[in-house]
Amino acid sequence: MNVRSRRRIVNGLALAASLAAMAFGLAWLVSILWNVISLGIAGMSVSLFTLETPPPGGTGGLGNAIVGSVIMVGLATLIGTPVGILAGVFLAEYGRRSWLGAVTRFVNDMLLSAPSIVIGLFVYAIMVARFGGFSGWAGVLALTLLMLPVVVRTTENMLLLVPNSLREAAIALGAPRYRVIAGVTLRAARAGVITGVLLALARISGETAPLLFTSLSNQFWSIDLAEPMANLPVTIFKFAMSPFEDWQRLAWAGVFLITMGVLVLNIVARTLFKDELKR
Amino acid sequence: MNMHTNGARQASDGIARPFVAQGAAVPPSSVALALRDFNFYYGKFHAIKGVSMEIFQNRVTAFIGPSGCGKSTLLRSLNRMYDLYPDQRAEGQLLFHGDNLLDKGVDLLDLRARIGMVFQKPTPFPMSIYDNVAFGVRMHERLSRAEMDERVEWALTKAALWGEVKSILGRNGASLSGGQQQRLCIARGIAVKPEVLLLDEPTSALDPISTARIEELVTELKSDFTIAIVTHNMQQAARVSDYTAYMYLGELVEYGVTSQIFLKPAKKETEDYITGRFG
Repeated sequence: MNVRSRRRIVNGLALAASLAAMAFGLAWLVSILWNVISLGIAGMSVSLFTLETPPPGGTGGLGNAIVGSVIMVGLATLIGTPVGILAGVFLAEYGRRSWLGAVTRFVNDMLLSAPSIVIGLFVYAIMVARFGGFSGWAGVLALTLLMLPVVVRTTENMLLLVPNSLREAAIALGAPRYRVIAGVTLRAARAGVITGVLLALARISGETAPLLFTSLSNQFWSIDLAEPMANLPVTIFKFAMSPFEDWQRLAWAGVFLITMGVLVLNIVARTLFKDELKR
Repeated sequence: MNMHTNGARQASDGIARPFVAQGAAVPPSSVALALRDFNFYYGKFHAIKGVSMEIFQNRVTAFIGPSGCGKSTLLRSLNRMYDLYPDQRAEGQLLFHGDNLLDKGVDLLDLRARIGMVFQKPTPFPMSIYDNVAFGVRMHERLSRAEMDERVEWALTKAALWGEVKSILGRNGASLSGGQQQRLCIARGIAVKPEVLLLDEPTSALDPISTARIEELVTELKSDFTIAIVTHNMQQAARVSDYTAYMYLGELVEYGVTSQIFLKPAKKETEDYITGRFG
């Protein structure tokens, strides 16, 4: 066998193996999506959004859980995004070689890979156990802590991708450091940073463990953040584990809602800045 | 000034001044920038060794020499770009209007407004063509909308780009071709109205037609600005510059009127480099 035909065969084998691996991965994803859609779409109705979670056998929806999730995830994003972006700017622009930067980066990486249940227990210990029990605020804190390291990391990485020549060009025009960052480098990294925030948002919107220990759940309408707050993931957890069929149906409807939300966020993140990401 | 007919360029005070032979095409001019025993270090590496020379107003001075000879380092020192990097430092004197620019107290933002720079690779900022040109101006002056419009048009006209972009000023700077982008960067640099313009291999990333346009531009710009240009292309140095400095291993080997340097260099090393017999 000569060298060329052997290379052709090796190439064919490698291609077949990678196609098989891709098919394996995709098959699971498609089957998850299919299950979520087929089981969840049956529960779609107006009352799903308007009624609160019912007792077993009663009629109801997920209205209070949807609103609770939106409030807590929204607040966590509102707090986590600016703090995370500023910390990422420090790491990429000011603290590249400083010891403070190195320490921050290390701690941030640890937070990034910390299991979410650890974050939940931590907030339970410092907040819930000390100040009057489960509350929406505790949930917001836990979700913020989960989101923060993701935003810090993506902001830093995206800023590091901005070529140094761009920074130098702005500095050579006599621009002070903060204007260089705000006007040029952060703007150049904008698409990647916003994508990172959206993906972090998608990630925390389905987190259950940190909310179990912090906001817990609430059977009734409540937008008081000082009280336990209903949310989709914990409600899904509770309802899916129950023996009641109507609760299980609601759990699937909730799973469907979260999946669609995450899907939409991903699509938005990828289409919003499609052209910029390509460059 | 001590001028020997045998071509010795070193005056008795040890400062290299371009040797002006009788009938030389370059009319005399006053000194814009003067280096006195200038040394530069990258950490422990001694990159520029005791260079003393003068750069003349409204003239084009070209720096040539093999890679690593220190010509770009010298150019980048003239507006203190090295300040961005903590392990780089300069010693000696760099005189500009009687002040030593290497002094600690020098206002770097102001210095860079007076000594502008254009880099090897075009670096359009991620914003519109108009905002690219206005960016540097906004750092130093508060202009009304009408005045800014006028300044942008003036700079783009000077950079020979106005005709091509006047109807697309709102378009992103990155949408221009490479040659247009580089002219945009030149427009951005001159919009600040510096006294000196430093060009660091401004055409090495461009095609021959764009290169020719930039070369024409350099010749036109010298009526308004003092220009120092680093180039790897010796024909370019011969075409655009009034004075040429040949550097090798961090030393200024020869500095003189361009036609002299190219036709009758005083030193054997210079001749070898120019005729391609180098190394």
